[in-house]
Amino acid sequence: MKYLIIMQVDPAVLEQLTDDQQRQIQEGHGAFIAATKERGEFIAAQALADPSQSKVVRSSGGQPEVTDGPFVESKEFMGGFYLLDVEDEARAVELARQIPDANIPGLALELRPVMFADLGAG
Amino acid sequence: MIPAEPVGEGRWRELARQALARLLRSYGSAQFDLCEDAVQDALLQAYQQWPARFPDDPLGWLIATARRRYADRARSDARRRHRETRAALLQPPVAPEAVQRDDSLLVLQLCCHPDLPRSGQVALTLRAVAGLTTAQIANVYQVPERTIAQRITRAKRRLCELGRPLPPPGQADECVTAVLDVLYVMFAEAHHTTAGAPPRDADLAVEAIHLTRLLRRSVPESTEVTGLLALMLLTEARHPARVGPDGRLTSLDEQDRALWDRELIDEGIRLVEQATPGAEPGPYLLQACIAALHAEAPDIATTDWDEILALYRLLEIVTGHRNPTITLNRIVAQAMVDGIDVALARIDALEADHPGLPRLNAVRAHLLEQADRPDDAARAYRRAIAATVNLAEQHHLRHRLRRLSGAHA
Repeated sequence: MKYLIIMQVDPAVLEQLTDDQQRQIQEGHGAFIAATKERGEFIAAQALADPSQSKVVRSSGGQPEVTDGPFVESKEFMGGFYLLDVEDEARAVELARQIPDANIPGLALELRPVMFADLGAG
Repeated sequence: MIPAEPVGEGRWRELARQALARLLRSYGSAQFDLCEDAVQDALLQAYQQWPARFPDDPLGWLIATARRRYADRARSDARRRHRETRAALLQPPVAPEAVQRDDSLLVLQLCCHPDLPRSGQVALTLRAVAGLTTAQIANVYQVPERTIAQRITRAKRRLCELGRPLPPPGQADECVTAVLDVLYVMFAEAHHTTAGAPPRDADLAVEAIHLTRLLRRSVPESTEVTGLLALMLLTEARHPARVGPDGRLTSLDEQDRALWDRELIDEGIRLVEQATPGAEPGPYLLQACIAALHAEAPDIATTDWDEILALYRLLEIVTGHRNPTITLNRIVAQAMVDGIDVALARIDALEADHPGLPRLNAVRAHLLEQADRPDDAARAYRRAIAATVNLAEQHHLRHRLRRLSGAHA
């Protein structure tokens, strides 16, 4: 089954990392991608820009309106995600623990089962 | 897939491109699909037959075979869709056989037709002129193959709808400009690929340079084409120093210039020197001139910033002051000539007119750091980090911010 592993990041935490830690994280993600690809569990990965780059389109009754947003109160935000196809939730959790962010206080990973997906290939 | 001897992959792509160009010239761009299929058929036949008997004139063989396949396909199509194709078959060739040097330009202009969306122009150019497969293009852009295939299909359909899509020879300049813009976008995208991206089997920068060389062969007299080629070569030359082994960017002031590719620089400078005398310089030639001045300087301190500033001012005039990124680059040069305070004031003014301009806060942060205002610099770095949509640039900015806090901790 498909799982979205959402990387919750905090810019203040990322900024405190040393160059070495930063490199280890990058290499860790590279290794994670390679390993999940090799095992046939990888579907996609994306890193997202800062929420300050977001636009929100929503209707308040009339035509959809576009605003800057989404004005989250929390310091943490969705920094990116992995989309994986795994046997079960236990495997998804096991993989999430291997993502470098899992070992850095202040960062977190959120797992959500996927209910529908169209990956554009068909 | 393709026999290594006696035809290498580069030569195959060259032959395919030239054969397609010749067919398009004969049958018109409304028959893009048929022409492309016919060339693919001919290539397949070549692949099967050439190892046994290599033709004296490979291109002539390929074109003749593709023409036969075109006629076959048009006939079988005609049986299915009689009415649509009858017109195509009856139509006289669009132009008589012309000298070969024009053909590449024709296909390039067709693929970069101003009425196509940019993404369609790029995809079609990479496929029909550079000879990349749909899978290779999809890999370059990290999107599903189906997405690229659809872009190409839509672009070709649009070309058919446009009917007689190319302007008469007198107005060819405008079309060359469109081609230049597409090639420049292609090249710029190559230099914005994110750090740690998976290895790719096609290199966009290499293809863009290859295509620009091709274009230059067709219009050697255009100083803008020469300028763009020079700009690409001079930019590419700095690449080894710009991107570290860990994928992090290094800005111009901190690059190890010993890593710059001298051969590319020499060629770039030679092209600039060829194109400049007597030319009324356009935007690409001017940018190439600026890049050449950087390439010639041993370091930042000995760079001819007065000349660079003058060129940026000219570039602003030539582009009608419509491109704030050029103004931002001009301010960087201005900092070296008129001092950091002047530059910072210009940045504030630019931001007032163009809030959210990419890289503005990165430039501001660098300037504030040089002015020894670490707190203001840190604030600007944080805004720059939030504003960038490029992972490698983000890493670079975080590195500068960390270094800044470390130095002043």
